[in-house]
Amino acid sequence: MTPEVVRRSVLDGRPLPATGRVKAYPLPFATRLNLRGSPDVVEPVRKAFGVAPPTQPMGSASAGERAALWLGPDEWLLLAEENAGDLMGTLTSALGGVFHSLVDISHRQVGIAIEGPGAARLLAAGCPLDLDARAFPVGMSTRTLLVKAEIGLWRREENFFRIEVLRSFAPYVARILDLAARDQG
Amino acid sequence: MLLIHCPYCEMERPEVEFKYGGQAHLVREPQKATDEEWTDFLYFRDNTRGLHAERWRHAVGCGRFFNCLRDTVSDKIAATYKAGEPRPSSP
Repeated sequence: MTPEVVRRSVLDGRPLPATGRVKAYPLPFATRLNLRGSPDVVEPVRKAFGVAPPTQPMGSASAGERAALWLGPDEWLLLAEENAGDLMGTLTSALGGVFHSLVDISHRQVGIAIEGPGAARLLAAGCPLDLDARAFPVGMSTRTLLVKAEIGLWRREENFFRIEVLRSFAPYVARILDLAARDQG
Repeated sequence: MLLIHCPYCEMERPEVEFKYGGQAHLVREPQKATDEEWTDFLYFRDNTRGLHAERWRHAVGCGRFFNCLRDTVSDKIAATYKAGEPRPSSP
């Protein structure tokens, strides 16, 4: 008998904020690759992945279901829809002669969407950055903190953020967001 | 909370994202060092009153080490600059 293998999200069954001003919900499973290297990796990745890793600090670039987020001057997060095929293989061949590191971290993190006119205010309950749209404009992306958890924060639209949370921290982050939303009514 | 300018993110970021990394511009040369110089490198650091060049790491951000000139009396940061760059002469 073949055992049934079911992939469950760590966020299944955990309450997330859903108020009139803001709602948070888990994003679908995704392929995530951590890429490190000099700016020499940009062009081969652009050709093979379809999105060029941004060299602008705290920048992001996206096209359709794919995105490249700046994490540091030599580090990026590549995001793709879950069924991206053998992305690791494709990129490894594309980066053939270029010194780099490419690590599949798809299952390390979970994505949470935070959406609505109260989105920035909800995150501000635990994030030390200034999330006003003038200080943290649409498209900006960075690693930062949410209370005690390290998160990746990406502002996709003025009232829509994607946060990337380490899997084991996801229940904590969900709880913090839920409590903050209750506080804020 | 201090706001520290990260030379890699090119932005002021909150102190809680950073980790202190000790005195900057130490040169590690075990092949050339005498016993006394090596002992100095391993165990002894300046105890400056005033501007001190020190390493910081933007741990929960870009992850990079950089250098910082900080006044140890007032805690005021005079300059931050990328790793490998020389200490600014006058802030």
